[in-house]
Amino acid sequence: MSATNYPKLTLLVMVLLAVLPPLFYFTGQPFYLDLATRLTILAIAAVSLNLILGYSGLVSFGHAAYIGLGAYAVGIPGYHAIYGGLESWGLASTSGWLHFPLAMLIGAIFALITGIVCLRTKGVYFIMITMAFAQMVYYAIVSIKTYGGDDGLTIDVRSEFPGVSLDDPLQLFGVSYVVLVAVMLLVRMMVNSRFGMVLRGAKGNNERMVMMGYNTYRYQLTAYVIAGALAALSGALLGNFTTFISPEMMDWTRSGELMFMVILGGVATTVGPVLGAVAFILIEEVLSTFTIYWQLPFGLLLMGVVLYSQGGLANILGQWRARRALRDASQGGAAQEHKL
Amino acid sequence: MKRTLLALAAAAVAGSLHAAPVKIGFVTTLTTGGAVIGKDMQNAANLAMEHLGGKAGNTQLELIFADDGFKPEVGKQATDRLVKQDNVDFVAGYIWSHVLLASRKSVLDAGKFLITANAGPSPMAGKLCHPDTFSTAGQNDQTPMALGEVLNKKGVKSLYIMAPNYAAGKDMVAGVERTFKGKVLGKDLTKWGADAQMDFSAELAKARDSGAEALFVFYPGAAGGAFAKQYNQAGLNKTLPLYSVFTVDALSLPKLQAGNLEGVLGSRTTQLWDPTLDNAANKKFVADYKAKFGAYPSYYGAQSYDAIMLIASAVKATGGDMANKDAVRAALKAANYDSVRGKYTYGNNHFPIQNFYLREVVKDQGGVWSTKVVDTVYNNHQDPFAAQCAMK
Amino acid sequence: MDYALFVMQVLNGLQLGLLLFLVASGLTLVFGILDFVNLAHASLYMVGALVCASLTLVLGNFVWALLLAIPVTALVGWTVERLVARRLYGRDHLDQVLATFGLILVLTTLAHLIWGPQGISVPLPSWLKGQLAFSDTLIFPIYRLVIIGAGLLAALGLYVLVTHTRLGMLIRAGASNRQMVSALGVNIERLFAIVFSLGAVLAGLAGMLVAPITEASIGMGNGIIITAFVVIIVGGIGSMKGAFIAAMLIGLIDTLGRAFLDGVFKLFMSSDAAENSAPAVSAMLIYIIMALVLAFRPKGLFPPKVR
Repeated sequence: MSATNYPKLTLLVMVLLAVLPPLFYFTGQPFYLDLATRLTILAIAAVSLNLILGYSGLVSFGHAAYIGLGAYAVGIPGYHAIYGGLESWGLASTSGWLHFPLAMLIGAIFALITGIVCLRTKGVYFIMITMAFAQMVYYAIVSIKTYGGDDGLTIDVRSEFPGVSLDDPLQLFGVSYVVLVAVMLLVRMMVNSRFGMVLRGAKGNNERMVMMGYNTYRYQLTAYVIAGALAALSGALLGNFTTFISPEMMDWTRSGELMFMVILGGVATTVGPVLGAVAFILIEEVLSTFTIYWQLPFGLLLMGVVLYSQGGLANILGQWRARRALRDASQGGAAQEHKL
Repeated sequence: MKRTLLALAAAAVAGSLHAAPVKIGFVTTLTTGGAVIGKDMQNAANLAMEHLGGKAGNTQLELIFADDGFKPEVGKQATDRLVKQDNVDFVAGYIWSHVLLASRKSVLDAGKFLITANAGPSPMAGKLCHPDTFSTAGQNDQTPMALGEVLNKKGVKSLYIMAPNYAAGKDMVAGVERTFKGKVLGKDLTKWGADAQMDFSAELAKARDSGAEALFVFYPGAAGGAFAKQYNQAGLNKTLPLYSVFTVDALSLPKLQAGNLEGVLGSRTTQLWDPTLDNAANKKFVADYKAKFGAYPSYYGAQSYDAIMLIASAVKATGGDMANKDAVRAALKAANYDSVRGKYTYGNNHFPIQNFYLREVVKDQGGVWSTKVVDTVYNNHQDPFAAQCAMK
Repeated sequence: MDYALFVMQVLNGLQLGLLLFLVASGLTLVFGILDFVNLAHASLYMVGALVCASLTLVLGNFVWALLLAIPVTALVGWTVERLVARRLYGRDHLDQVLATFGLILVLTTLAHLIWGPQGISVPLPSWLKGQLAFSDTLIFPIYRLVIIGAGLLAALGLYVLVTHTRLGMLIRAGASNRQMVSALGVNIERLFAIVFSLGAVLAGLAGMLVAPITEASIGMGNGIIITAFVVIIVGGIGSMKGAFIAAMLIGLIDTLGRAFLDGVFKLFMSSDAAENSAPAVSAMLIYIIMALVLAFRPKGLFPPKVR
């Protein structure tokens, strides 16, 4: 299976994403900048999920757990910085240099431990066991009263980096956008390397890769850990954005939403996760201004996308020109089909 | 000439300042199962606007509703939209503690006033208190504390407790344990969340087996109806008297009556308000609500009605001049309006110092199941977290 | 430990297990035989409950309403199959996941528009409302015994259907080799429609049975869908026997856990610690069970040999 890339589409989407939100901010509509920030952060998580779901065929239904863990890695030190405690561990701090690496570390460790167990299973069993671990973390955190349980952790301070103030919505958006681009490039690099080839080969036919001598389990575990760390990074950003960290961030319904974003956008494409995040959040926002029953047209839309097209938004949009050209060229000939 | 022009211009500006409507954003749950509560609050808030004629003094009032979908992130986004896009001056509502805590910063950072009409988590009354936040409800712990006193007064020596395992549930349990002097023979915190536990068979069997004299529960929303049913079906209404908070109310009673669950009649609950409270504002509120919507309002509605009235009183007192925040704040703090619960004052943390009543589930004169006040448990009670608030 | 309490908790566990089995059996049928991931299965549970509840209020009789609601639910299931599921057979599971997620949103919102958010309290006839006293301390609600009975009957009926009827044989054959069955002249489309509707009826029946205990409302599916998936995973996808045993196992462990875990914890922890950790562990219990089963049997307890 080849990785589909639509460089023009990707460039277009990323440029629009860089330009439009600040434009809204400066023309007196700051709400849309916030919306874009949230969207960008979720896109980072979606890109990390695409690495394992789209390219490696590992459908993780517990990915939101990493977002939650990353957010708590910001919240708990922040909480102790305000209210005291944990100083001897060096964990009472509002420094971003502590928060973000800590988030990624925790994400990686959790991914390592659970990945070792989960990757022994396949298919729908893998899906369920990843969800099981995420649910266990959820219930564990709900029961910790000090950090609020599901009343959540409210921190009034954002991660502090020298020279950058995350309190400024424009700068927060900028940082998120830069991280998104970096993560996208990283994933793209990994996917096109030999490491990525093994993963993609294992997705298509695991036995063949094993017979060729590759320990696919190790490759998959590595990808799983990296994806976990990256999702935790997005969680740290999300914690900063909302300044309210609750176990609900890691609920299985949130994992589901991430999955849907990746699938809707188009799995195993570079721009797919971003498109999916954009589509999900924009449609939700626009539709909800018309009616509180927006989930009805939204659901119909999702069903329509799946029933009447293949491969998600990236493939629909990216192949649009190609399809038209082909149709014109071969007098009503068939459009290209990309079967997953 | 110039002076006249200037004077005219000033008058025009002043006039337009007066003409600018004051906008109130109202965040509540309008979708998902929690929409039952949201609808009640929406109805009550709209009724308040109707009673006011849409004005506070000379200033036009505008009410904008937003849905939190029972999720903190959605609530925060809805709040952001109200504050940044719709440019409201007040944000009111909030059923759920976690939605309130998630949205709080958005309102306060924008310099707007936050009036909670239900959620009362302890941080809001304590560590996170703020000059611009006010409550027209109560602090979560107060209602169960009142119930603990009721149990003491009744001579109940042993208690079995059931509540959902989340922050508010634990607050309720902590509240009743604060004041109850007898022995707690057993405690069950049941699974809560998107897939909340709705079948309490195991816990009810334990409760019966424990030999406790009374059962204390907190099950808001749909779980309340489910609990009441199972309590009935297990025959416990004959052997284990039920004391509840935020479980049996005007929202669940019509359903329970339609399902003929008579075991719930006679059960007791505590609250800061009841439809039978004898003051003019309440009589008007309840009568008009019943006439318009065909059912009794719940305390969620009463608190929402008060929120709008409180805001209106402040707007009227300051002539709609939202630029003078200190004046608005002082007017809010004065609570100079006819609350449906009767007169109350604000503590240092801007939570009401108010009475709490013991209510019993009865049939009203028309045969409709409702509640009536049996006793006043607390007079001018202040919540236990006021001391933690840094404000004087 | 109190003997009577233990027996009551076991009965509670059996009742939960049988309800789980009804939901899981439909799910495993559809997933195992049609190879179709139906996230909206719980929505059919909800629809069955709401239809039955409305009919009870209209007809004034729960039993008649139940009997009428079953064909209505079958019809809804058949419609969903025709309009949505049929176009997704053979497609990637992820596509099915996304489409059925959309379906959940659609069905839930439609239910909100038709029935409102407040839920319906289903009144039971007086002969079902009481309790049965086996002894002084062993008192059990009659209606829950009825659920146990109905669940066992449905399980028996399914067993007979799958192993002793032609339809069951076709189902099992269609699961292992669609093309061959179709080539042999069997209308595979109709077969799959029947199986899907059967799954819908089973889920709907579970909803109808549970509604008088809790209530019929738009959110009721959330509680059961994850547990149902856990059940079919533990049991082995496509296996009815696995679904039955796993459902009973999980129903019992979950109930007994809720009933006795805090008592057990108190034996070796402080009362406070026990009170805080027992509910959390109780909630995690089904996931722990699933993880343990998958650690030793990665394909579930009784994966069907066909496939």
